Parts: sequence; structure tokens; C-alpha cells
Amino acid sequence: MATEHIVSSYNDELVALAQMIAEMGGQVEVAIDNGTKSLLKLDRELADVTIIADQRIDDMQRNIDETAVSMIARRQPMASDLRAIVTSIHVASDLERVGDMAKQLARRSLKLEGMTLQPTFYNGVKNMTALVLRQIKDALDAYASRNSAAAVEVCNRDDEVDAMYTSLFRELLTYMLEDPRNITACTHLLFCAKSLERIGDHATNIAERAYYLQTGKQLTSDEQDLHRTQIKA
Amino acid sequence: MDMIAGKVKMTQQTVNTAMNPTDAIERPIRLTAKDVTVHYGQKQALHGISIQIPDRAVTSFIGPSGCGKSTFLRCINRMNDTIEGAKVGGTIKLDGEDIYAPDLDVVELRARIGMVFQKPNPFPKSIYENVAYGPKIHGLAKNKTDMDEIVVSSLRKAGLFEEVKDRLNEPGTGLSGGQQQRLCIARAIAVGPEVILMDEPCSALDPIATAIIEELIDELRENYTIVIVTHSMQQAARVSQKTAFFHLGNLIEEGVTEDIFTNPVNKQTQDYIMGRIG
Amino acid sequence: MTDTTLSNTPRALSERSQRVRDSLRRRHATEAIFKGLGIGAIVVALGFVSILFADVLSKGIPAFTQSNLHLSVTYDESVINLDPAPTRADGQSDADFRAANLAWQRSVAMLNWNSVVEASLRAAAPEGFEIDSRQIQSIAETNARHQIRDLFVANPGLLGQTVEVDVLASANADNWIKGNIDRELGDSQQQLSAPARALIDTFEENGTITSGFAWSLFSNVDSRAAPAAAGLAGAFMGSLYMMLVVIILAVPIGVASAIYLEEFAPKSRLTDLIEVNINNLAAVPSIVFGLLGAAVFINYLHLPLSAPLVGGLVLTLMTLPTIIIATRGALQGVSPALRQAALGMGASKTQMVFHHVLPVTFPSILTATIIGVAQAMGETAPLLLIGMNAFVASVPATPLDQATALPVQIYLWQGNENRNFFEARTSAAIMVLLGFMILLNAIAIYLRTRLEKRA
Repeated sequence: MATEHIVSSYNDELVALAQMIAEMGGQVEVAIDNGTKSLLKLDRELADVTIIADQRIDDMQRNIDETAVSMIARRQPMASDLRAIVTSIHVASDLERVGDMAKQLARRSLKLEGMTLQPTFYNGVKNMTALVLRQIKDALDAYASRNSAAAVEVCNRDDEVDAMYTSLFRELLTYMLEDPRNITACTHLLFCAKSLERIGDHATNIAERAYYLQTGKQLTSDEQDLHRTQIKA
Repeated sequence: MDMIAGKVKMTQQTVNTAMNPTDAIERPIRLTAKDVTVHYGQKQALHGISIQIPDRAVTSFIGPSGCGKSTFLRCINRMNDTIEGAKVGGTIKLDGEDIYAPDLDVVELRARIGMVFQKPNPFPKSIYENVAYGPKIHGLAKNKTDMDEIVVSSLRKAGLFEEVKDRLNEPGTGLSGGQQQRLCIARAIAVGPEVILMDEPCSALDPIATAIIEELIDELRENYTIVIVTHSMQQAARVSQKTAFFHLGNLIEEGVTEDIFTNPVNKQTQDYIMGRIG
Repeated sequence: MTDTTLSNTPRALSERSQRVRDSLRRRHATEAIFKGLGIGAIVVALGFVSILFADVLSKGIPAFTQSNLHLSVTYDESVINLDPAPTRADGQSDADFRAANLAWQRSVAMLNWNSVVEASLRAAAPEGFEIDSRQIQSIAETNARHQIRDLFVANPGLLGQTVEVDVLASANADNWIKGNIDRELGDSQQQLSAPARALIDTFEENGTITSGFAWSLFSNVDSRAAPAAAGLAGAFMGSLYMMLVVIILAVPIGVASAIYLEEFAPKSRLTDLIEVNINNLAAVPSIVFGLLGAAVFINYLHLPLSAPLVGGLVLTLMTLPTIIIATRGALQGVSPALRQAALGMGASKTQMVFHHVLPVTFPSILTATIIGVAQAMGETAPLLLIGMNAFVASVPATPLDQATALPVQIYLWQGNENRNFFEARTSAAIMVLLGFMILLNAIAIYLRTRLEKRA
């Protein structure tokens, strides 16, 4: 931004708020990664760490909320400042949900303890995790850099996430049909896949907020870039 | 597809607020200004202002000091005529009539367009006489009963009657600042104008008095077209349906108030309302 | 400015306060000197004023008491030998009756009233007092006989009766009684003869002569023949008429001119020229206005000489610049917010000026008027040139009658030969004039505070 606020403390507060979002985003990315790793490697320690770390993510969300409300009361923000502060509340809420899902992934890994997972089972999950992580990262980048084009791309790529979920769903069904002993493991994996798909949706939300922040328009009302399709499930 | 369509409609509904901003655009136009320029001697204060003021809505002019918003406001009721060396160019039309036509009586124009000033300036007469002065000189009351009615109803509309009803004969200058300003509003209303111009009406008042006047403006806009100049953006945001941003004698941007304050098009507007320097 | 000037270290702070403290003594000293000079100036000014007042008061107050003779007057039939007063006969016309009355009054005037006065004086004198006719008549003022005669004309039934009458002692008698003339001086330097002086002393002892308040000063007109009876009534009325003329003419013309020049006249070289000329007129010597009055009003317009109307017109010309300048100043001082409010309501320019601006300026206009009038009341020079220094022995009934004015009366009395009588009287007249002006100023202050409180 070439122009600075005349009151520099206002500027500093906005920068601090953006940093809080970025930090929370970083924490959430780590949580997703760890959650999936602990599931696939059945790493109990990692799972515990992830579960405990979620508390910090919740605290950060509360912090961001309070900061945003305080800034609205004190600064009477206008235009893009207002959009920045309000969307930061939404994004923090989305990130907190994502954190919860990462925690669920870690929890599930504890349930899977004792079981053996065949590498073929969790390849799909690994790929899906990678894609979803990329979505989150790109959405947060688009938010931080206020890049509406990047935000639209994230929204469009949600189709891929959905497609991957559908195929993973089918694959796990096949495994379950093959061998009834796989059912427990695969069902758990199925739930994980669902969680990952939900994380992908949240990434899309964040991208929509990024688009709104930059342009002041809601993405869904912008028909030209609309490529959403219904989830058939 | 239905879900998408539903989502689209839902989104649009959340944009409309209680103020119904789209209504302001759809209202009939009361005042039209085209290429209005003002020169004070050699110095040009306004450069080609063109704007339309909607009927029965509040339009606010915002901008930094010296940007020409008060100058333009004074063009509307030809108060610039009283300033030596002021030259006004361009046209301003009220309901299609050119108000700078040579055969138009300024005195009559000012009965149709009232004005409230920055510092409350009641006449050094009694409260009753303050409100009755306008109707008296324009011959609007046939007898004392008529005049009493006009005075009482104007004071009521200005939300002042209850506070002063037992001291109508006391001097108007003995009221508090907020009451004095409401008296000035009552005085302007008493003549039955179509348009009320307000030049920073709350800048000399405390927050409570300001809020009372803003509430009054909200009520008044059902019957009068109001144009308000304010240097408080928050006030413009609260009170008006249409906002125009002036800078250095130019009209930079105008539009629905909500749009101006959430998503202005022009960078200068954005910098001003966000408190940034370019 | 070095860093040390603005730095806030303890050392810098203490250094700065030390410097401030050092300069304090000098500053306080300067202040004390200035205060002292101011008080000194006021003391000197007040000193001069009090000297003036003391002088005038000490000289004038004795003039407010005058010696009166308390006489028993006998309307002796042998002296008053004439037909009874005519009564109106049936069928007699108004003109005839009036003619008959006048004839009778003329015959009354022809009688020897001096002897009546002399007889009453001798009656009051101790038995066998040696004094001749002329000497004894010098004790009572010469208007005593007119006074006694007028009593008879009013009531012819007094014929043959004895009534108590108070008459004024003569000016010279008054001088002797008050000690205005040195009692040690020889007969050739005295104003009264020796027997008269002795008789006056006797009258004082036996109460025939008493001192009373000098009402004559206020109720009588000027008089040469009877100096003790000379009064200010004529001059007062003349001044009053002139004041009225000034107020009636100067205020509307002055205020209207000021309003036009300030509000309506276009800003041009001509307007500036007029403004400069009006300002200069205020500094023109008053005698020039007198010359103007004599040339225009008396020679050209043939207005009556010595009339209060002419005097009023001249004084109006003198007061106009004061009122115009004061009104313009007051108009300029009206806040533009008030004008804008009126114009915004749709008032025309005239309505704005007359309904709103002018009422606000009333206190200033009033003050300027009264100050202008008070100044005009004290002007003598212009009045001299239009003939008001003539001796006028009547109260003017209309502003067109001949009259004189208070300051001119003072000037005339100051020139009277009977110095030891008229010195006191002149000071008394000055006191009356000053009192009048103080009263006008007090009215101005009172009205101004009243009007300002209302605003």
C-alpha cells in the first residue's frame, strides 16, 4: 500500500491483526499436516501434540475476535479497513474450525491404534491432504496479499478437492468390499476424507473472504467466475 | 443450480440494509446542478460541479476543509449573491426552474429553500418571534391564530415544543446550543420550504445534542429534501442516503452512502474516508 | 534554537527556571512603574476636574440663596386713584370688552407704584429712620413695583387693603448682605448709600430681610433692569427647543445616511469620498458652522434671527457627523451571522437592515445621540454668530421666537458690569448647565444598560 494512515498507530494495529491471521494460518497448516501424519503413521505422540496444540489455535481465534471488535469501536473503520477487520473475524472462525478438524484427524489416529494400514489405503488420503493443504495455503496467501485472482483460482480448484473425495470414497468402498476386515480401518479413513473435504470447503470460504476484501463484492454474485457445481453425495 | 440461485438471492438481500439505499437512487430528482463554477475575484473556488439531489432524502457533502462544499451549498440558495466579488457560473435547477434566471426573485427562492448555519444564530427576539418572522414577512399567516398554529407546529416538528412551550416569550438566545439549533431548524421549517440546506449544523454541539438533531433530520426527510454539509464522515454515514465527496473545488465521487463508505471507486475518496494521506 | 533550549533534562529545566526568575524582577518592576504612571495620570486628571468643580461650586452655591424682603403692602386708595375694573356688560362684544380691559390696565400702569413700594419699605423701617426716597428704593429690586401692580390687576378688590408680599432685595443689597463687597470700603466705593446700608442691616436684624432659595434663578427670564431677578428660564427654554430640533432632525437624517452608506451604497470612489468628508466634518471648528448658519439659514433662507430653530439647525449640522460615524461603527459591528440568518429566511435587504440589524444597534445610536446632543448643548461659538447673543428678556413660546441659550447666557452674564453679583450667578448658571449635561449622560448610561440587558 503506497498510502499510509495518518494516524500511524491505526496502521500498526491493522498490520498486527493481519499478522495474527497469518500466524494462526501457519499454526493451522502445521496442525493439518501433523494430524494426517499421526493418522497415517499411527504416531501417538504426534497425535497428542496436535490435540494439545488446538487449544492455542482456539485462543488465537478469540484474540483476533477481541482485537477486531476493539478496533471497530475505537477506529470507526471505513471501506477496505472495515472489510479487512470484519473478514479477519470470519477467517479466524474458519481457521478455528479447520483446527478442530485437524484435531479430529489426530484423535482418529488414536482409535486406529493397533491396526495395520496398507499403504494403498492411505495413498489417497495423503494426496488429498496435500491438495487440501495447498488450498489452505493459497487461500491464506490470497487473503494476505489481497490477490483476487488467486482467490478465484482457489474457489475453482475446490472442484478438484470434491472430485478427489468422490474417487477416494469409491476406492475405500472397493477395499471394504474386498475384505471385510478392512471395514473398520477404511471407515475411519472415510471419515478422515470427509474431514479433509470439509477443510477444503473452509479454504474456499477463506478465499471468498479474500476476494471480498479486495473487491468489496461477494464472489458468489460474480457470475463470470462462477464454476461451482453441486456436490453429488 | 437452484441452490446457487438461492445463494445469489440471499447474498443480495444481505446488502440491502434498513436504510434502503437503492431507494435513494430511484427517487425523483429535486435539484440538478450542471457545470457549476464559482469565482471569488480571480480565485476559482469550484470547478464544474454537476450533481443531482434526490427528493425527500438526505444528501451529504463531505470533504476536507476548503474543498468547496460549503461554497456549493451556498450556491443552491444564492447566498453567494451577498458576497462581494463572487461570480457563479453554470446552472442549478429546482424542479426544472433555473434558479439563477434574471427574473427569479431571490427572496422567493429563499422561502422555498431554507438554510441552517454552523453556529446557531437565532434572532435576538423571543422564541415565538423567531419562528414567526419568516411567515410574517412572506405573508403566510392570515391572523394571529394562524400564526400561533404555524409556530407551534414548526416547534413540534423540530422537537422543541415540549421544552419551550411555557416560555415562548423569552429570548431565543437564552436557550442551550442544541436547543438554539433546533430553534433555527424550526424557524426554517416555518416558512414551509421544499429544500433545507444545513451547513455543518452539529459542529458546534455536544454529542447528545448532535444525536437529537440527527434523529430530527431522519424524521424531517420524510417531508423535506435535505442537503447537509459535514466534516464528520461518521455523521454523513449515519444520516444521509446519498454522499458526494468534494476535493479542492472538484466533485470527486458521488453515490449511495453505503457504497461510498464501504467500497468507494475513486482512490482519493478512499484515502480521505480511511484517513490516509496519498 | 539549540537542543539545550528545548531539552528536558533536570539541569536544563533548572537553568531555564533560573533565567525566567531573573527576568521576573525586571518585568515586575516595569509593571509597577507602568501602574504607577497610570495612577498618577488619573490622579492628575481627577485633580484638575475636582479643582474645576470646587471652584464652580464654591462660587455658585451662594447664588442659590437670595435675600427676600417681607413687606406689608398697603394698596392706598389715595395713590391708586382710578375707576374700578370694567365688568362685562350685557351685549358687549369680546373685542370691546378686551379693549376696555386694556385701557384700564394701561391706566393702572400709569399709577405711581413706586410710592406704594416706598411706603411699604418705610413702614418696615424703624420709626424716624432718616433716608430719602431714592435711597430707600434702592433696597428693593426694581421689579417689586411690577410685582405689586400685577397682584392688583389680578385682584382689584385689594384696593384699600394691606397684604403681605415677598419681593426680591436689589442686587446691591444682596451683595451687601452676602458680604460680596468689602464692608470697610468708603462711601465713594460702595454700591449703596450709607443710610441704605444701615437700613439693610436693621432689616436683617428685625427679620424683614430673609434669605431663601433663589427660585428666581429658574423661573425668571434674563433682566437688565432688575439684576436680582435675572433668571435662566428663557435660556433654558431656548436650549430645550434647540435640543429638540437637534434630536428631531439629526437622529433620523444621521441614522438614515449611515444606513445608506453602510448597507446600500455601492462601493465606489464616490462613497469613499463621502465617507472621508463626513469624518473630516467632525473636526471642523464649531464657529465655521456658525458662519454657515448665518450665511445660509439667515441670509439666504431668511429664517428669523436668534431663533432656536436656526440654532438647532446649526447644531444639527454639527452633530450629524458624530451620529453618522457612531451609527456606521455600530452597523459594522453587527455580526454577519445575524445578517446571514435574516437573508437565509428570505428577508429582503431592507427588511434585514430594519428588522434585525438596526434594533441591535439601538444602544450605540442612543449613546451617540445623547453624547452628540450634550456636546451641542454646550456649544457657544456658532450660536453667537447667528445672533443668539442678543439680550432676550422673554421665554420663547415657539422655536421661531427669539431666544438665547444656556451657554450664551453664561457668556452674557460673565460680561455684566455688576461683577460681584453676577460672578456668583454665572457660576450658578454653569452649575445648572453642567448638571443638565450630567443628567443627559446619566440617562444615556441608564438607557444603554437597559437596552443591552434586554438584548
